[in-house]
Amino acid sequence: MLRTALAASLFAFPALAQDFTLPELPYAADALDPVINAQTMELHHGKHHQTYVDNLNKAIAAGDAPAGTSLEDLVAGAGTFTPAIRNNAGGHWNHTFFWESMAPAAEAGEMSPELSEAITAVFGSEDEFRAAFEKAGADRFGSGWVWLIVNDEDQLEITSTPNQDNPLMDVAETQGTPLLGNDVWEHAYYLTYNNRRAEYLGKWWDIVDWTEISERYDQAIGQ
Amino acid sequence: MAFTLPDLPYSHDALADLGMSRETLEFHHDIHHKAYVDNGNKLIAGTEWENKSLEEIVKGTYQPGAVAQNGIFNNASQHWNHNLFWEVMGPGEKKIPGALESALTESFGSVDKFKEEFAAAGAGQFGSGWAWLVKDASGALKVTKTENGVNPLCFDQTALLGVDVWEHSYYIDFRNKRPAYLTNFLDKLVNWEAVAAKL
Repeated sequence: MLRTALAASLFAFPALAQDFTLPELPYAADALDPVINAQTMELHHGKHHQTYVDNLNKAIAAGDAPAGTSLEDLVAGAGTFTPAIRNNAGGHWNHTFFWESMAPAAEAGEMSPELSEAITAVFGSEDEFRAAFEKAGADRFGSGWVWLIVNDEDQLEITSTPNQDNPLMDVAETQGTPLLGNDVWEHAYYLTYNNRRAEYLGKWWDIVDWTEISERYDQAIGQ
Repeated sequence: MAFTLPDLPYSHDALADLGMSRETLEFHHDIHHKAYVDNGNKLIAGTEWENKSLEEIVKGTYQPGAVAQNGIFNNASQHWNHNLFWEVMGPGEKKIPGALESALTESFGSVDKFKEEFAAAGAGQFGSGWAWLVKDASGALKVTKTENGVNPLCFDQTALLGVDVWEHSYYIDFRNKRPAYLTNFLDKLVNWEAVAAKL
């Protein structure tokens, strides 16, 4: 009986696809304290990111995009789907990428010589790169993200996107492969930094995992 | 005309029992709103906008269809938006005046239906922005939502009521729960006399 019901339900939904799920944080919620404290991490990951995952699953169930479409394809084709897909697939992708970009300060790795050279060549120095990235984050009016990308000419570039858009999207003003992204929605910093977004952007470098970012750079330029 | 930060029309703790804490008002009015005033003044100094009214600056610098608005617009419009926001809240009487109740009922079916539509607009504004009750050129009442600092002046509408859905407006008191903030705003914070006066 149960088997028949199961078979019938599979038959009724031939494209039955796995729902998207919230990934676990790759470290404890308090591991990034004091730059990002446990309360902010718990809300940001457990509530905000979870809501993007839930709303993405709802949008797909409502037929906004074909069931079974990968997150990468939903993001790349964001402009061809509904705003619910663009916003929530973007929110899911961006936050997953964000958690993986950070590590506890004591474990955050070093920049590879190749990435360091490329940053110096484009921005003048690592300090000037950081200043330019912080400025782009501070200048994003309203909610959004600031990115370091490898653009279509294999060059490093700093960009920012509104809301939950990202540089992989067809709708992005400047497209490319993201190496690093910082979240400048107020929920990312308000409980610790209140209105002081610039201070958050400045302290965030302590927990950027440059080993991970350097690996992304190698992949992006095909090494 | 240089922008100036208006005083709140009530004390910083006047709304605390109604769901908007002293801490929120201190950050929101004294720091966020002040930053729009200060940044706006820096940006208009020495430009053609220096001696224009706030309304003229908002309407004159809005760029329809732009991917992102310019700095003068963002700061001027957010100054205007916050001026209205402080004015349409208050600690006093929460009864909706008869003329406004009739107008809401005529346009939305009932006051409750208006509240539902307004709260849904605020919840549905993805990212930073505002939800509004406006009167358009034909005199009809409508609920709208706008991103970041964009406001009804940009569309030649009269704003009767506006609610700030930037996270800084509710994160201290409601965290991620924007719908709860919106319901509380409509049920406890709105000064309906001030809204009716704009009809």
